[in-house]
Amino acid sequence: MTVKFRVERDTLADAVTWVARALPNRPPVPVLAGLLIEADDNGTLHLSGFDYEVSAKVEVNAEVSDPGTALVSGRLLAEICRSLPGKPVDVVTDGTKVALTCGASRFTLLTMPVDEYPTLPAMPENTGMVAGDVLTEAVGQVTVAASRDETLPILTGVRLEIEGDTLTLMATDRYRLAMRTLTWRPSSPGASSIALVRARTLAEVAKALGSADEVSLALSTGGATELIGFTANGRRTTSLLVDGDYPKVRALFPESLLTHAVVETQSLIEAVRRVALVAERNTPVRLTFTDGLITLEAGQGEDAQASEAVESSLVGDELSIAFNPQYLLDGLGALSLPFTRLSFTQATKPAVITGQASADAEDDDDTYRYLIMPVRLAG
Amino acid sequence: MSRRQLDRSGAEGRDHGLSTDDTGCGVLHVDMDAFFASVSLVDRPDLHGRPVIVGGEGRAVVLSATYEARRFGVHSAMPMSRARRLCPQAVVVPPEHARYAQVSHRIMDIFRSVTPLVEPLSLDEAFLDVTGARRRLGTPAAVARLIRRSIAERERITCSVGVAATKFLAKLASGRAKPDGLLVVPRDEALAFLHPLPVGALWGVGERTEAVLLRYGLRTVADIAHTPRDTLRRMLGDAVGAGLYELAWGKDSRPVVPEHVEKSVGAEETFDHDVDDPEVVFRELLRLSERVAARMRRSGVVGRTVVVKVRFADFTTITRSRTLGERTDVARTVYAAARGLVEALGLDRARLRLVGVRVEGLDDVGSSHHQLALGERPQGWREAEQAVDRASARFGAGSVLPASLVDPADDPTGPGG
Repeated sequence: MTVKFRVERDTLADAVTWVARALPNRPPVPVLAGLLIEADDNGTLHLSGFDYEVSAKVEVNAEVSDPGTALVSGRLLAEICRSLPGKPVDVVTDGTKVALTCGASRFTLLTMPVDEYPTLPAMPENTGMVAGDVLTEAVGQVTVAASRDETLPILTGVRLEIEGDTLTLMATDRYRLAMRTLTWRPSSPGASSIALVRARTLAEVAKALGSADEVSLALSTGGATELIGFTANGRRTTSLLVDGDYPKVRALFPESLLTHAVVETQSLIEAVRRVALVAERNTPVRLTFTDGLITLEAGQGEDAQASEAVESSLVGDELSIAFNPQYLLDGLGALSLPFTRLSFTQATKPAVITGQASADAEDDDDTYRYLIMPVRLAG
Repeated sequence: MSRRQLDRSGAEGRDHGLSTDDTGCGVLHVDMDAFFASVSLVDRPDLHGRPVIVGGEGRAVVLSATYEARRFGVHSAMPMSRARRLCPQAVVVPPEHARYAQVSHRIMDIFRSVTPLVEPLSLDEAFLDVTGARRRLGTPAAVARLIRRSIAERERITCSVGVAATKFLAKLASGRAKPDGLLVVPRDEALAFLHPLPVGALWGVGERTEAVLLRYGLRTVADIAHTPRDTLRRMLGDAVGAGLYELAWGKDSRPVVPEHVEKSVGAEETFDHDVDDPEVVFRELLRLSERVAARMRRSGVVGRTVVVKVRFADFTTITRSRTLGERTDVARTVYAAARGLVEALGLDRARLRLVGVRVEGLDDVGSSHHQLALGERPQGWREAEQAVDRASARFGAGSVLPASLVDPADDPTGPGG
């Protein structure tokens, strides 16, 4: 049985590149290094990859002469497609080989046994729709706070909470917590569910599907396999959910915040970056809040030192507090508004970072909140 | 307690053919003779003149031995079993660490009554810069005699003193004067004293470097002194080569620095019997971690790198280290890292002879900081361990212990127990 089709170079290259990203670096079984090509008689090419945890599948149009299925090395195919000239690509299988011709270039690839390839998990039923740009922004805002420490798998995930038309995303690595709420279109008004998705997977999904107007989110929980799926623009990806009980993090936000300062976001980011240049790995920057001014300092004793002052307004008592500069920058960089509100109770308690539209706005934007734990200094 | 034991010299070291001109020789190296053994013998006149070894039960190592025992080849750091075979008639006495510390403390006080520039190297040796004591107490040799007399009178133990222009020569001289001796290395005669010595006498020449030097036919310090500096660098590397060349010409510019700054804090334990039970190993790691962290808190330092040392039954020894995100003086944190390191070895019930825990990368506690975790109580393990420190200060060490270290068969010691 031969397979034969012709497809545009750019279409193929985009599709193959995206699917190949889902392929495992060290496949647990050899066939998982493969990229599955299915050509159907409706003129559609289905390309898929799977690593037992994440699956990716994309559909593109092609001129299919002979429908059928072939499995080839995904990595090699992706490299070849990236280098092809901008001409139509002809693919024909011949026994255990695949011939790929594009202009004057010709490649022959070995195939892998299709019948050994696992069945991709079925896409769960659609749970709701979210705007692509909103999803991308929200994922970027929370994944900065997710842990990269694989020894605590739960904290490498982003928790999704669906309650009617509100979707909440949150992530924490124990030192900071990012939480974003957004409005979406659930498929049923009373939707209520939770899911824990690997932050890395979610970031990949947002990158691949975020350009779409709308992304469909599909969730199957409570069954034998707990799965989340995303679909947009003919691309679909599924991922197993992370197992385990997520800590009750909402309660970590302080109930009342006595003091807050408002500062221009970009000025503060630049000042923190500059003083942090003298902060050795893991040493803090110290922020002193007085009326009209935030003074930033880093370094101490015989080490290099830096300080800078930034204009700011203060409501409440003056306060000195220290933070890991990277944690602070992650939170400030995730804000989408020109001004930052920093709210405190005391120097050893968590501070809350939110955005606000103007320096003298009455309220801050509470759809995104970044909770950051301070560094305690000796003495 | 130098391992390079030499012939007994005259009390003033005239056997070395040196004059007694101590002009410009401001550095003293004072080294107690067989310190632990001597202290243990102070109230045991019946043991004087007999071979005595200080060491623990079973499989510990020799901590100290009298010169009578050393004549049989016994030296410190040797396994007790071997020492007993070499000298079966030796009397073995258990170590009395608290007492050694007290005596050491009083001896250091004697030093400090002579000069503020005292650099202790261990419990039983120190460098003294006595340049400034000349007018008040006399020449360096006179100060050395005064120190030897004071220690002999007050503590009834002997020491040996080297007097020279540099630390390196003073230390060599005290070794040559042992036991119960005094040796001045006059400035003009430093090279005459130094050059005939074997290369192994130089600071920094261990077994490996010595082997390299011997392979090139360099046997004495004079041989090194007359080898071009660049040749030494090629043989031994830049730093070592250049350093040895300087030392071989008697050059050593290091000053006597009061208050020896510790680079690490550590503790280790030789098991009574080889151990293959991971629970026993972990319990020992916890005990050592508690001890190390308590010492760090006492000296006001925090450290970043935790090092474990494991010696197998066949004496193969390995160390593994882990650098923490932030410096600590908390036993629980030290233990977690130490345990993780040992678990990562995949010992699979290998038989262990010794385990050790050390913390390096020390810094003053005042410069330390701690990234709080969300939901972390401001009062944490550190505060709990500080409370234990206070209890230990009042009721004695071990009055409060982690539950896993309490021996159910053993009534906890101390009145507060």
